[in-house]
Amino acid sequence: MVSPNIISELRAQLGKDNVLTSPEELIVYSYDASAAAPKGRPDVVITPSTRDQVACIVKLCAKYNVPIYPRGSGTNLSGGTIPLKGGIVMSTLNMNKIIDLDYENLTATLQPGVIIQTLNDAVAAAGLIYPPDPGTVSTATMGGAVAECAGGLRGLKYGVTKHYVMGLEVVLANGEVIRVGGKTVKNVTGYDLTQLFTGSEGTLGIITEIIVKLIPAPEHHISMMAAFNDLDRAARTISDIIKNRVIPATLEIMDNTTIRTVEEFKKVGLPVEAEAVLLIEVDGIKEVVEREARVVMDICRANEVDKITVAKDDQERFRLWEARRAALPALSRVKPTTILEDATVPRSRIPDMIRAIRKIAEKYDLVIGTFGHAGDGNLHPTIVTDASDKEEMARVERAVNEIFEAALGLGGTLSGEHGIGTAKAKFLEKEFGSEGLAVMKRIKDALDPNGILNPGKIFVSLGESKNADD
Amino acid sequence: MQMIDSLAEVRAEIGKCMKCGNCQSVCPIYQETRHETGVARGKITLVEAFLSGELALTEKLENLLSLCLVCKSCVINCPCGVKLDKIVLGARAEIAKRKGLPLIKKAIFGTMKRPRYMDFGLKLGSRFQGLVFRRHEDREANYPRFSIGMSLRRIIPPLAVLPFRQVVPERLVVQKPRLKVAFFTGCAINYLYPDIGISTVNVLTRNNIEVIIPKAQHCCGTPVLAHGDVSTARQMAVSNLIILKSLEVDAIVTSCASCGGALKHEYGELLSDRSQKKLALEIGARVYDINEFLTEVAGFEKPKGDVPLRVTYHDPCHMVKVQQVTEPPRQVLRSIPGLEFVEMAKPDRCCGNGGSFSLQYYDLSMDITGKKMNDIKNTGTDLIVTSCPGCRMQLEDGANRYGLPHRVVHTVQLLDQAYRNHKQTDK
Ligand SMILES: Cc1cc2nc3c(=O)[nH]c(=O)nc-3n(C[C@H](O)[C@H](O)[C@H](O)COP(=O)(O)OP(=O)(O)OC[C@H]3O[C@@H](n4cnc5c(N)ncnc54)[C@H](O)[C@@H]3O)c2cc1C
Ligand code: SF4
Ligand code: SF4
Repeated sequence: MVSPNIISELRAQLGKDNVLTSPEELIVYSYDASAAAPKGRPDVVITPSTRDQVACIVKLCAKYNVPIYPRGSGTNLSGGTIPLKGGIVMSTLNMNKIIDLDYENLTATLQPGVIIQTLNDAVAAAGLIYPPDPGTVSTATMGGAVAECAGGLRGLKYGVTKHYVMGLEVVLANGEVIRVGGKTVKNVTGYDLTQLFTGSEGTLGIITEIIVKLIPAPEHHISMMAAFNDLDRAARTISDIIKNRVIPATLEIMDNTTIRTVEEFKKVGLPVEAEAVLLIEVDGIKEVVEREARVVMDICRANEVDKITVAKDDQERFRLWEARRAALPALSRVKPTTILEDATVPRSRIPDMIRAIRKIAEKYDLVIGTFGHAGDGNLHPTIVTDASDKEEMARVERAVNEIFEAALGLGGTLSGEHGIGTAKAKFLEKEFGSEGLAVMKRIKDALDPNGILNPGKIFVSLGESKNADD
Repeated sequence: MQMIDSLAEVRAEIGKCMKCGNCQSVCPIYQETRHETGVARGKITLVEAFLSGELALTEKLENLLSLCLVCKSCVINCPCGVKLDKIVLGARAEIAKRKGLPLIKKAIFGTMKRPRYMDFGLKLGSRFQGLVFRRHEDREANYPRFSIGMSLRRIIPPLAVLPFRQVVPERLVVQKPRLKVAFFTGCAINYLYPDIGISTVNVLTRNNIEVIIPKAQHCCGTPVLAHGDVSTARQMAVSNLIILKSLEVDAIVTSCASCGGALKHEYGELLSDRSQKKLALEIGARVYDINEFLTEVAGFEKPKGDVPLRVTYHDPCHMVKVQQVTEPPRQVLRSIPGLEFVEMAKPDRCCGNGGSFSLQYYDLSMDITGKKMNDIKNTGTDLIVTSCPGCRMQLEDGANRYGLPHRVVHTVQLLDQAYRNHKQTDK
């Protein structure tokens, strides 16, 4: 698909070290962190370092109708970077400069390949943070986070990526460069294109510069773990906390299957009999935090909590969170394939959702551990299975279908934070209806008429199907 | 049970990887190259494709698989506990099996099997090294004069005129010994840094501990294993184990992080024969790093002599990530009067040595060392301390390359100095 003369043009533009074509170098770009997603080998991998190089290459792709797939650290969970149709994978990792830290306007301007943690390290000395913290803060790129609109543990209080993106520079499918948004807090000039590109999963343009908002770091934290032998009491606790006007930075839940698996794997002292464990952290000004922690504990007790632990120091706090961090790895050790879902419901419907998932697990005879961000209704039902077992995979597929239906039925959404990619593309219409989907396709078609930007992701666009027909 | 050259074991390890990419945040190679081929997740994919036949055995593949420091940073950070070292070493062993070892490596490793010839070969090297190396003006080190397969900018310590084990007697008796130990020197101390060996012996005898330095001990086997020569590594392991078993000692002490890791943990995994494995585990349980031995077993005498230096400490990968020893060397340093100890940022970041990795990929290895040098520069210290001769070599080279005034010593050398400084003031 990528002809030798395109490759020599790429080499001329980028230098030969930034154009990889050997099978050994290509095969490692055929996957990302998505477990059961289909794989595909690219024809070329390139590593540009400037916006102008990106623009030049996209022009080349447009001219020859070659698919191009932007890729950050390849940690997304929905197959978003996989080169399904061959073509060029464009790694942003050499675009890793922090361009500007502006402490007067509290903004940072970055190239897309900057790792989220690198940004946090750079602003820590100034007492600032960039709050969105997916489980992959120390690996994921800012470009990937913006393109996925990544969430994280602190979403409940601090929001998700889209709440921090103020401006973008984007290379469009024809190679033109546009700048949208900026450093101002208020901005209603024209359509909000910044938000359009945020979460667009590399299908509308390639992000080459990002302006984000920073906020002062909270000075104090208190972490607690509350175990309940009854799901409803745990759920009531979640809504009571928020009803009492305490917004914890994090409010996480793990169900019994997850608790047992984590405890077996890590021995962190989790109560294996508990139906649900809540992990709660409040942060902010010391006096306020202490008062909020007391409110949280009172609410837990009022809901007859079976066991409550408060971390006395940073070390204990770290240990509490270790249990949560171990959830996915622990589940993933049970069987060879881990399918991590991302169904999200309004906070008040969490017990219904957990119960629905449990019923589905029983019905299809599957192991499903559920954990996630209870505070914002974002659950991660995690199916552990074996991709080589065809019969079980058929059951998994039906179970996944039903999980989505349950979430939508409860007023929720297919994906809270992991995106659609290839993994959930076929369910999109269920949520949006054919009219909603058609609007999205028209937007895609307007910006990328030939479907060369990350084809096969979110949906098959008009341009792509046209291309396939040619 | 793990066996380095069992492909079933390698495949099982590969199967554990969930492709989360967490290894990216710690892999020193990946942080320099930023290519998926450099990181554990990518290497696992390469090995998987190689074993399944999807990728042919090419020079490129071999090069990519040697692009690993086997530092295990990824292993301790992996949520799924994937033992990348097993996968990479297993693949290298498979490659060696299919291709045979390159002739030159075979000749070198063949000699390493027989310590007497190695002494001879290296001694000849030492007498004649002036022909090959020109002396570096300032440092106790040499630049290669012409290319001998190493980068020309590299400085390496001069070969000892006499190997350490030939200078010291096999047994150092003390009056009424509290304890009796065997000292496993390893090659780097024996041939390159006898000063570390001498300080180790001084410190132990000063603490009233009898030391036996078995003459017939071999290389620990780590370098040969890194090149996939499993059978030579096994022979070396068995021979060392038999020698160590024959000694009546309370403990076995090493001053080399890599030897310590091999004796403590890796022999048990390397050996497949049941009785040999059992022996490896028995002996392994009695092996201590010198710092660990001094602080946790011997309860060493606190030195009274001043060593008025500002120092920082580098954690060798094979100490932290293999032996899990971090506090003891710091305790030793803090016990020294007048010494000011300053932690650097990320003291456990790999120095970039990785054994012969640094010979094969000198520039990349020095880029990794550059990060370390930057951290060291920020400490405002005069001296780098570490607990492994391999790291010492890399750090000396790095300090020279990046223009830092620092010299590099082993913790026991400072402790030895502190004891001696006291003796001098006594007189
Ligand atoms: C263990 C684990 C835990 C996780 N936890 C969370 C979590 O808590 N919350 C959460 O939201 N996610 C989570 N994720 C998912 C993942 O980390 C995020 O989606 C992350 O933002 C992806 O960043 P990346 O750099 O790896 O992007 P990639 O995976 O490389 O790319 C993601 C998408 O962005 C596109 N893209 C990348 N760069 C650009 C660019 N410059 N311009 C345009 N498009 C681009 C790609 O084409 C792709 O569609 C987790 C993943 C793992 C493996
Ligand atoms: S951290 Fe472990 S499981 Fe994750 S990709 Fe790396 S090797 Fe695989
Ligand atoms: S052992 Fe070290 S160099 Fe090798 S892949 Fe793991 S972290 Fe990277």
